[in-house]
Amino acid sequence: MALYSEKVMDHFTHPRNVGKIDDADGVGEVGNARCGDIMKIYIKVSDGIITDVKFNTFGCGSAIASSSMATEMIKGKPISEALTLTNKAVAEALDGLPAHKLHCSVLAEEAIRAAIKDYYDRNGIAYDKAQFPDPHEEEHA
Amino acid sequence: MTKTIYVDNAATTAMSDRAIEAMKPYLKEIYGNPSSLHGVGQRAKEELESARAAVAACLGAERGEIYFTSGGSEADNQAIRSAAYNGAAKGKRHLISTNFEHHAVLHTLKKLEGERFEVTYLPVDQNGLITPAQVDEAIRPDTALVTVMYANNEVGTILPIRDIGAVCRRRKVPFHTDAVQAVGHIPVDVVADNIDMLSLSAHKFHGPKGVGVLYCKKSLPLRTFIEGGAQEKGKRAGTENLAGICSMAAALQEAIAHLYENMAKEELLRDMLIDGLSIIPHSKLNGDRVKRLPGNVNMCFEGIEGESLLLLLDQKGICASSGSACTSGSLDPSHVLLALGLKHEVAHGSLRLSLCPDNTEEEMKYIIDGVKEVVSYLRSISPVWEELEKGQRPHLI
Repeated sequence: MALYSEKVMDHFTHPRNVGKIDDADGVGEVGNARCGDIMKIYIKVSDGIITDVKFNTFGCGSAIASSSMATEMIKGKPISEALTLTNKAVAEALDGLPAHKLHCSVLAEEAIRAAIKDYYDRNGIAYDKAQFPDPHEEEHA
Repeated sequence: MTKTIYVDNAATTAMSDRAIEAMKPYLKEIYGNPSSLHGVGQRAKEELESARAAVAACLGAERGEIYFTSGGSEADNQAIRSAAYNGAAKGKRHLISTNFEHHAVLHTLKKLEGERFEVTYLPVDQNGLITPAQVDEAIRPDTALVTVMYANNEVGTILPIRDIGAVCRRRKVPFHTDAVQAVGHIPVDVVADNIDMLSLSAHKFHGPKGVGVLYCKKSLPLRTFIEGGAQEKGKRAGTENLAGICSMAAALQEAIAHLYENMAKEELLRDMLIDGLSIIPHSKLNGDRVKRLPGNVNMCFEGIEGESLLLLLDQKGICASSGSACTSGSLDPSHVLLALGLKHEVAHGSLRLSLCPDNTEEEMKYIIDGVKEVVSYLRSISPVWEELEKGQRPHLI
């Protein structure tokens, strides 16, 4: 049996939304190079809708695939909906991840939240701080 | 379908035609149990002993000093525990090793620490070497064993085994070496190299998997770890894997017969790879440039992660390995790369290419192009590389 599902390999070898947005409305970066994965997600927001999203990722195959899938799942969606995206949903959409790789989907969820928080901060939009717990770098794995 | 280029020979090798042929008679014709008294059994016994003599001759050992095992890990386990318990019986509970051994050695030593043994792990230098003087200084009156690998499986450094062995002999401490990566690849002679115990594994030199050897000098008592029969002079019970053993003997004889020619061939290919890959900016060769296995290349590329590198190379038909954390299932990258003083960030981006004499120059060119392309792609999507290039993060290599 292969390490990864076909879905993971597809998103890893043909990642969607890879790149940067120079005039992004929000940028979120999570992870730690020491631990071997960093995700950076850029979003464009218009009328509360995520109109565009791009990512850059340093990490293993499942980290890149999780970034790709997670960005697919929030593109064109209202921010309120993007905030409900869970790591579990990302992993399921990829037809599962090996147990020791689940933290990659957690990083994807955290990166999206971090980008949205950045968007809120930049625009002075009030939000419930409890919605954005500070991701602890050491805990993601 | 992409052509497969296999450059993971330190993990395992393909069996040679001669090793396969050598195995065949023992699957059907000469199937007897060497412990049986009848003719069929005794025929098998003769073959077993002639394989033992052949292996012994390849190592410069005597026939009675060769014990067949299930492989390198078993041989390491038995050698270390045997010497440790022999030492303990004389009140010696101190063991010496290095911090970049194979886990078959390191995990055994860790277990022994739990059994009230004390272990000194000599730190290797940035090239992956230790000096005989380090061993000399670490030896104490209660030292029961020194165990140092002949050549490192990841970074390919060849350690000064002959000189370390001389120190151990002078200080009267038993000396074991895990020679799994060395035997069949570089000259190894247990007498000239002052080795008391040595482990080897057949599948690393184009022999079959599941068979190996523990050499133990006849003057050194060896303890039994698998009980249940008189095989291997009572030191290792279990009906002998005759087909595997005879195949291993053939593979080893073949490797030794072509040793220098294979070394020259691999060195040429190795140096092509090292030169070609070193052109990649912010790359680094791990391990000593000169005291190095002929078939080992190990490099780090900054700003990328090893598992994604391996997966993309695999898509191009290139089979390699990495010391990245993600390939080991643990959080930390390879203990070997960390022992050489590499930072975690850098060690995550490692690539090991291990060659065999069947590899070609054409394959090396394909690998160099492939690695350059994949590294450059992964850097283009890496936020770490972006920060390195913008000067927001200092380059480490």
